[in-house]
Amino acid sequence: MIEKIIGVAAYILLAQLVGGLLDGLDRKISARMQGRVGPPLLQPFYDVRKLFAKQIVGVINSSQAAMLYSYLLLMVFSGCIFFAGNDILMSVFVLSTASLFLYFTAVITGSPYNSIAASRELIQIMTYEPAVILACVGFYMASGTFNVSGIIHSDMVMITRLPGFFIAFVFILTIKMRKSPFDVSTSHHAHQELVKGVTTEMGARNLAIYTVAEWYEVVYLLGFVALFVINQQWWSFVLAVVVILAVYFLEILIDNSSARVKYGAMLKWTWAMTLLAAGVNLLILMLIR
Amino acid sequence: MAKVKKSPWLLHYDGSSCNGCDIETLACLTPVYDAERFGVVNTGDPLQADIFLITGGINTQNKSVVEQLYQQMPWPKVVVAVGTCACTGGIFKDCYNILGGADQVIPVDIYVPGCAARPQAIIDGIIQAVELFQRRSDEHEEKKKGAAHGHHH
Repeated sequence: MIEKIIGVAAYILLAQLVGGLLDGLDRKISARMQGRVGPPLLQPFYDVRKLFAKQIVGVINSSQAAMLYSYLLLMVFSGCIFFAGNDILMSVFVLSTASLFLYFTAVITGSPYNSIAASRELIQIMTYEPAVILACVGFYMASGTFNVSGIIHSDMVMITRLPGFFIAFVFILTIKMRKSPFDVSTSHHAHQELVKGVTTEMGARNLAIYTVAEWYEVVYLLGFVALFVINQQWWSFVLAVVVILAVYFLEILIDNSSARVKYGAMLKWTWAMTLLAAGVNLLILMLIR
Repeated sequence: MAKVKKSPWLLHYDGSSCNGCDIETLACLTPVYDAERFGVVNTGDPLQADIFLITGGINTQNKSVVEQLYQQMPWPKVVVAVGTCACTGGIFKDCYNILGGADQVIPVDIYVPGCAARPQAIIDGIIQAVELFQRRSDEHEEKKKGAAHGHHH
């Protein structure tokens, strides 16, 4: 019980810190890849602090904020289920519900940029969801339980049994972390097709809330990545940190080297990857068990 | 007081510029000048912008666009006119469709002269705009506090 409370408390308190720092690291590394110096490491925190200080404008602001707070709360809640060591499938379903609320924040405004971005957000959910659910199934097949605490208490390193699921999951992280392509529902880049996509009508405090929710999401997803390597051995935790940083670096590299991929291609590649990597892995697991 | 000056987000609008100043403005974001060192982000969204950077003069067609973009930006905000055309109308000043510089339709705070304005001058203008942005943010917060306390102060 005490472990669960520590897990949840650590997630709620530290995830925004870690998420913000990772965001800063992302911008720094991206800048270096482009031959620039880049902003300070703490730049994302400066940005959020500034956004909270700005004037709140717009008539749609309060209804949008209601949806956004639901998005943030569900996001934190899904992470809490995960870091408390509970049912991973449940946690993933709550995460999808959170994504739906982000869709609602966009459609509620009636802005054309938001409407197109909202429909793309739905397509993206459809694109990455199979890989996420399949990863949960993979964990179950390998460890016999959907419980996160049960999975990390098994004596093997999951990735040795689930390499295909891991590849498929890392592949969809590109979508979840809002990296390339340039015409996704929203990304961090200025020159994006839909102005700012689902965040176009968010100004000031609402954009800050959205950013913080994203930090929670990234930490949760990287926790999911860690689940592929963590067991009860001390070295598995070191390995998990190494794998997380490697995956994060890979995402930045993909982001900076495939800026002109379109979201139609993303849909095809992701489903092909999910089917090939995770699907084949699933078949093998079923046959050799 | 929140230190807002570390995070100035720019909205760049091209009035009736010849694109000379636009190219120089974008050059500020490239590896050579890298304005992101100061936290500058070039955003296309007025709702998320702090500094309105305008190039080129105002004509009868873009007058309403410039006004609307300015109105959509939340307070505190700062306007920077980049290049001679945005400052005064420049060599197009007497054309039948040109109304003049950006200050003909919205209040301009910082004028960056030059034809085309050099990246060094533009970054200098942005740094001055950032200081003004901080001052306005402080005043904005004080005003909010004053409103919260009602008539007692």
